[in-house]
Amino acid sequence: MKSTTFDRANLLCGLLFIALGAFFALQSLTLELGTAFRMGPGYFPLILACALILLGGVILLQSIRIEGEPIGHIAWRGMFFILPAPIFFGLTVRGLGFVPALFLTALIASFASGKMKPLTALVLAFCLTIFSVLVFSYGLGLPFRRFGPWLGF
Amino acid sequence: MDFLSNLALGFSTASSIENLFFCLIGVLLGTLIGVLPGIGATATIAMLLPITFQLEPVSSLIMLAGIYYGAQYGGSTTAILINMPGESSSAVTAIDGYQMARKGRAGAALSIAALGSFFAGSVSTFLVAIFAPPLTAIALQFGSAEYFSLMIVGLVSSIALAHGSVIKALAMVALGLLLGLVGTDIYTGTPRFTLGIREYSDGLNFVAVAVGVFGIAEILRNLENEKTRSLLMAKVSGLLPTRDDFRKMVAPVLRGTVIGSALGILPGGGAILASFASYTVEKRVSDKPEEFGQGAIAGVAGPESANNAGAQTSFIPLLTLGIPANPVMALMIGAMIIQGIVPGPNVATEQPALFWGIIASMWIGNLMLVVLNLPLIGLWVKLLTIPYYVLFPIIMAFCSIGVYSVNSNVYDLFAVAFFGLIGYVLVKLRCEPAPLLLGFVLGPLLEENLRRAMILSRGDPTTFFTRPISATLLLIALAVLVIVFLPSVRKKRDEVFQEED
Repeated sequence: MKSTTFDRANLLCGLLFIALGAFFALQSLTLELGTAFRMGPGYFPLILACALILLGGVILLQSIRIEGEPIGHIAWRGMFFILPAPIFFGLTVRGLGFVPALFLTALIASFASGKMKPLTALVLAFCLTIFSVLVFSYGLGLPFRRFGPWLGF
Repeated sequence: MDFLSNLALGFSTASSIENLFFCLIGVLLGTLIGVLPGIGATATIAMLLPITFQLEPVSSLIMLAGIYYGAQYGGSTTAILINMPGESSSAVTAIDGYQMARKGRAGAALSIAALGSFFAGSVSTFLVAIFAPPLTAIALQFGSAEYFSLMIVGLVSSIALAHGSVIKALAMVALGLLLGLVGTDIYTGTPRFTLGIREYSDGLNFVAVAVGVFGIAEILRNLENEKTRSLLMAKVSGLLPTRDDFRKMVAPVLRGTVIGSALGILPGGGAILASFASYTVEKRVSDKPEEFGQGAIAGVAGPESANNAGAQTSFIPLLTLGIPANPVMALMIGAMIIQGIVPGPNVATEQPALFWGIIASMWIGNLMLVVLNLPLIGLWVKLLTIPYYVLFPIIMAFCSIGVYSVNSNVYDLFAVAFFGLIGYVLVKLRCEPAPLLLGFVLGPLLEENLRRAMILSRGDPTTFFTRPISATLLLIALAVLVIVFLPSVRKKRDEVFQEED
């Protein structure tokens, strides 16, 4: 049995590193390599990318022999709400302005937890927005527009 | 006396009302995040970095440094009170500290930790002040080849001190270096790996990468299985240690200070290593080793002093060479660069007020921690009852504001989400993020020095071996790498990290 088991985490890890290495290697090849004397922009990255592919290969080989602990729970809900939050903020901060963008960002992030109730989330986002406007906008004077052109200001 | 006049300059800089204020803010914030489990010092400093850009360089670095050592203090508070180390370096403190708390001696344990830390912090601050100038003088002799080799030593050591697989840590360094190279090539002006996105031509934003890999990934990991924290808290009473306690803590504190100061200079996370080493030493030299794990005073005093001393001396490589010893120091470098200061040996000569101001502020900050934190313990304990689901939306909002305020670049926010995902995936695949961040910071410097050294040697790679300092450094790096791969050391290393978990 033991010869057929392999470590999923290491398998994926090896593949990921190889893929990333391959990406950087291919990109480096489109750049001028130069010589060891006068290295071009692609020289050092190409070496690093090859090293990364090599290391990925070693991890891949290791995954066949040793079985490790399982990957475990994955925070799907967390990823679904947490990762879009900064993206949303980025997309709206100029258009909607600092205040509404921040309020909605906090609201989106709140729902990453199964324990958050809608009302708590609203209150939290509201307080957080007021605090941030006072501290960052008035206190530290960060140059953000509080309300943006999309709202007719 | 140069040394005294330098320190005087430092203290006059650090004790201006403004800097005292930011030092206070820093240590309070640091303690706060040290107390709250789930947010580490690295993530917090990454988030607060952009906000400090509005400040003077000195004030901002003083505040960031304050957060760092404040977090060490806060971490031990929770380790003692609820057996939950807020920072990995205080994991050892939990062993005996929590036992003391269960015996009704929580107050004494906290005071011992605080006083030991303060003593160690004071001594190591002086060590930084004494050793920084001569090291700076040596560093000024360094050419490109030496810098290249030195960075190799730093990167290799970060691998040695990372958890888990050495191969994975090596791969993380390589990936970090590659990510660091994204942007415009300094020699030819060619854009590299930007995917045609003009906003990335200045390179990936350091803050965005750090916040993503440390902050967001950490939040996601905490959201995996949300448990309600059970608070079995010991009552805090009798803050003052007895005369007997004092007698028992003197020797461990002294030993801890020495161990911590020495190990803190090592790149890669000296404070954690220091506290473990100190605990092991205390257990070995004690005439009552059976007391350890049952609430031995030496088991609190030694490691606490060691980790604080280590936290302090890890500033030495940063201030003298511009080489970060751990991820937090990497963030400090990021802060310096964005403030327009080139980290390295020139900082001491070109910006003496900044250099000595930071050193002096460390001592002041440590004093503030002792004076403030003992009375404030009740408040910190209260904070522990804040549920996590309230905390992380706040963190997310601050992350977004922080990252956006660096350059008002919307693409930085997309990078945060992307690196949050990458960071989380890598953590799930059991890869440590610290080597990646070190690689990211050092990537451009490493390449620049490599290329310059090769041009100077007319394409002859033996230049790295024929120059004595460079050769010595490379030998050190090789030795570290060989040692890490030795089976016996590997086993020992696994054990140490197992204990920590």
